[in-house]
Amino acid sequence: MLDGRGSVKRRLGARLWLSGAWLGLMAVLALLAPWISPHDPLAQDLFAGRLPPFWVTGADPAYFLGTDSLGRDVLTRILYGARIAFSVALVAGLATALVGSLLGLLAGYMRGWVDVAISRLVEIWMAFPPVLFAILLIAVMGTGLTSIIIAIVVIDWTRFCRVVRAEAMNQSAMDYVSSAIVAGRPRRDILCREILPNVLPTIVALLTLEMGIAVIVEAILSFVNLSISTDAPTWGGMIAEGRTSIHQAWWVLAFPLGVLFLTVLSFSQFGEGLKDRFDPVLR
Amino acid sequence: MKLLRATLLRLLTMSVTLIGVAVVVFFVIRVVPGNPIAMMLPPGATEDDVARLTALYGLDKSIVEQFVIWLGGVLQGDFGTSISLRQPVMPLVLGRLPATLELAIFALVIAVIVGGALALTGVRHRETRTETAVDVANGVGLSIPDFLWALILIVLFGVLMPIFHISGRISPSLDLPFVTQFYVFESVARLRFDLWWDLLKHMFMPALALAIPLAAIISQLLKQSLKETMHLDYVTLSRTKGYSENHVILSEALPNAMLPTLTLIGVQFTFLIGGTVIIERLFSYEGLGNMAIDAVINRDLPLIQGIVIVFALLFTIINLLVDMMYAVLNPRLRHA
Repeated sequence: MLDGRGSVKRRLGARLWLSGAWLGLMAVLALLAPWISPHDPLAQDLFAGRLPPFWVTGADPAYFLGTDSLGRDVLTRILYGARIAFSVALVAGLATALVGSLLGLLAGYMRGWVDVAISRLVEIWMAFPPVLFAILLIAVMGTGLTSIIIAIVVIDWTRFCRVVRAEAMNQSAMDYVSSAIVAGRPRRDILCREILPNVLPTIVALLTLEMGIAVIVEAILSFVNLSISTDAPTWGGMIAEGRTSIHQAWWVLAFPLGVLFLTVLSFSQFGEGLKDRFDPVLR
Repeated sequence: MKLLRATLLRLLTMSVTLIGVAVVVFFVIRVVPGNPIAMMLPPGATEDDVARLTALYGLDKSIVEQFVIWLGGVLQGDFGTSISLRQPVMPLVLGRLPATLELAIFALVIAVIVGGALALTGVRHRETRTETAVDVANGVGLSIPDFLWALILIVLFGVLMPIFHISGRISPSLDLPFVTQFYVFESVARLRFDLWWDLLKHMFMPALALAIPLAAIISQLLKQSLKETMHLDYVTLSRTKGYSENHVILSEALPNAMLPTLTLIGVQFTFLIGGTVIIERLFSYEGLGNMAIDAVINRDLPLIQGIVIVFALLFTIINLLVDMMYAVLNPRLRHA
């Protein structure tokens, strides 16, 4: 039994470390992008269009991972794309967590009509196809980073709300909350100092998952040409460009796709790893 | 009596949800700054032309008035006229819906087969490397959304190993005898298996992209329920009777372990349908989702409203069916 638990623990550790390392690396590269990028992300060189990556014959070593149809450096655009992806992930993830958790805590702790109203709202939100909702919101608000972040919050708050509400209801039924009520402590005090700290691990684990989702949503919106500007170096925009020239230049699609894949996988595995780490049974 | 009241209550909450969706979408898209009328007129149009068309589509009235008129029409089955396509919305939507439903159902079938097979393999070879491999596959399948799977499939099977079609619903060179929009069903009914095969070759990539995350969820939950069931006394009993391990898993454990997975599939199926919007776009598949994105880009307000309502209706109906199925299959609820 002890051996079994040991192996589970080791596997969890590796998962957390590997995904954390990738995310850390990408974050550092994103921060340093202006200093380490070999080219300007917007500079076009029509004479160097669709150059293949370095190991393919006909490549120019100055363009390590090749160029797109306008002769822009793929590696540089991936690095600059990481800046946008990680900014959206961080800001949209935190804002979504804040809004969703707050409503979930209120619904789960206050119960009564507050719970009914919030739960009804969640049900209405769940009846929307999320991608369509996102595209609709961007069409309404106009493109740009702020619009993307707002759209993600508006669509995904329900994810936190549902889980946090259930968790808050579980915690409210526990003895320590009853004794706090008997001790005559005010409700806001109980909510902030007793229930919130116990729900926090769940929120943190959900937050990393949400950051991965935010990166995907940004990519989807860039893909349908609704993210920032068509010129801006976003992973989704690169993928959209690569999709149209896939038979002539597969690398324009494959490299940003690979980076996006690893990043989303890492966010998700990091979140799952944290969830298990917080789990008292496995700890 | 009790059942009747529960059903009525259920239908009431369903209509509240649908009206909520209608209100949200109606008011959200009317904050749009772009003028759809100006976009559909040629550059030389006068102010008068704009005013006439605005009045024609009822866009000169107040938002609340517009909503009441629109809702009145919707209750009679009239969703207005598409601005960009200049045709009634309902026939347009109903013309595209079958393509989306066929894609979603095909994806569901793949997900159930793959997910079920993975779960059974994992349980049959539990506590071995095979189970670990199944767990890893589930983890990766769950972490990556359909949009990314679609792109990966395009690179792998559309470009590196071009086996499947990665664009469209059916080869444009084929002669189509269809009278309905349910091409897959109709081609089978007409015994035109050449068309059927062409349709499947187009649908396989988008359907697989939609199916992978769902297959992972099915596999994970079914495997967990199966493993729990394997420890129950009646399973041990049938094993001591000398039945083979395969028989014990398939005939004894599976029927009892299936229920939670079935409910989950229902809920997840609505997510899968939501995913068709972007997947259809990626594969230029002519379904409802692809039409929806065009409608948003063209600021076609009546068409957007119609499509969103149809999606919401589809989701609520599926949820209702899942609950009914659960009530029928769960012995504890059946006798209550």
